[in-house]
Amino acid sequence: MEEKMEKKNVRPFSTYLVIWLGLLMLTGVTVTVSGLNLGQWSVLGAIIIAAVKSTLVVLFFMHLKYEDRVFKIMLGLAIVTLAVIMVLTFVDVSFR
Amino acid sequence: MNMTTVVETLPHGHKDHIGARIGMWLFLFTEVLLFGGLFLLYSVYRSNFPEDFHYCAGNLDTLMGTVNTVILLTSSLTMVLAVANLERKNRKYASIFLLATMLFGLLFLVNKYIEWSAKIEHGLFPNSEILQQHTMGENVFYSLYYLMTGLHGLHIVIGIIILAVMFYQVARKPRRKIRLSSVNAKDINLTDQSGETLWTHRESEPVQTIEMALVYNRHEDVADRQLIKVENSGLYWHLVDVIWIFLFPLFYLIT
Repeated sequence: MEEKMEKKNVRPFSTYLVIWLGLLMLTGVTVTVSGLNLGQWSVLGAIIIAAVKSTLVVLFFMHLKYEDRVFKIMLGLAIVTLAVIMVLTFVDVSFR
Repeated sequence: MNMTTVVETLPHGHKDHIGARIGMWLFLFTEVLLFGGLFLLYSVYRSNFPEDFHYCAGNLDTLMGTVNTVILLTSSLTMVLAVANLERKNRKYASIFLLATMLFGLLFLVNKYIEWSAKIEHGLFPNSEILQQHTMGENVFYSLYYLMTGLHGLHIVIGIIILAVMFYQVARKPRRKIRLSSVNAKDINLTDQSGETLWTHRESEPVQTIEMALVYNRHEDVADRQLIKVENSGLYWHLVDVIWIFLFPLFYLIT
């Protein structure tokens, strides 16, 4: 617990600034790419970029990177649950 | 010599930082499933009405959406800086960054208001006369647009209220200055600066020495006690940001 608190205090402000700049850049990329008319790929591209952006927010701004393993397992479970719901629904909708 | 030991604990208590954060994350998962259901609805209807969704998304203001994305990302930065400053016991900067986060949130809502007003002015709102003449797909698109950005906006409103409470708690002066006094060395009183009695104690014999340890009122303790709450408010704010990160391309970009 003590160690945890110590570790927390050394997280520098600059990390957050770098992550913020990265997020702004990715926003620029996703807006530019959407104007390129890549057809089907534009959906996939936009979702991949959104996934990368939210991973950055979750890892650094929400401090998941520095959390105990239990937090990561919990988030994994939530994402898997959501994925199962989505995939099963899509299977149902496509083969109806 | 007769010696009495009185141990008195003013409200402070032990706090479980990790447990508190686990609780917050669990709540956030319910939020993820709430919005996840709506994203699912969006995806299924998008695959049912690809042309209509394509056409409607092209009508949304991409510039406005991009500006709001930048605003929310920046508000997440100020939020995490508020937490980082509080971790360093710097209440002044923590409260400034909390205030900045709230202002960015308000700015986001102002843009949202302008955007919605423009759409409503054009008669594009659920069940409007104009939309009733349009296709089923367009109606579904605008219903989902108002539902999802509306629910997200509601989360921003709630977030701003939570941050306002946090700002008040972090920015205000430490609550009490405690004064120890004794009239006749038998009655011992603890009072705060407004004269309110916090605690009294009576000895049968006059007291010669009083030893007192106070850990309650230091600035650092105030910062430490606020830290869990501000951290968890931050987690909520960042989640709302993450949801927008997905809403933005799905509604404004995929055209």
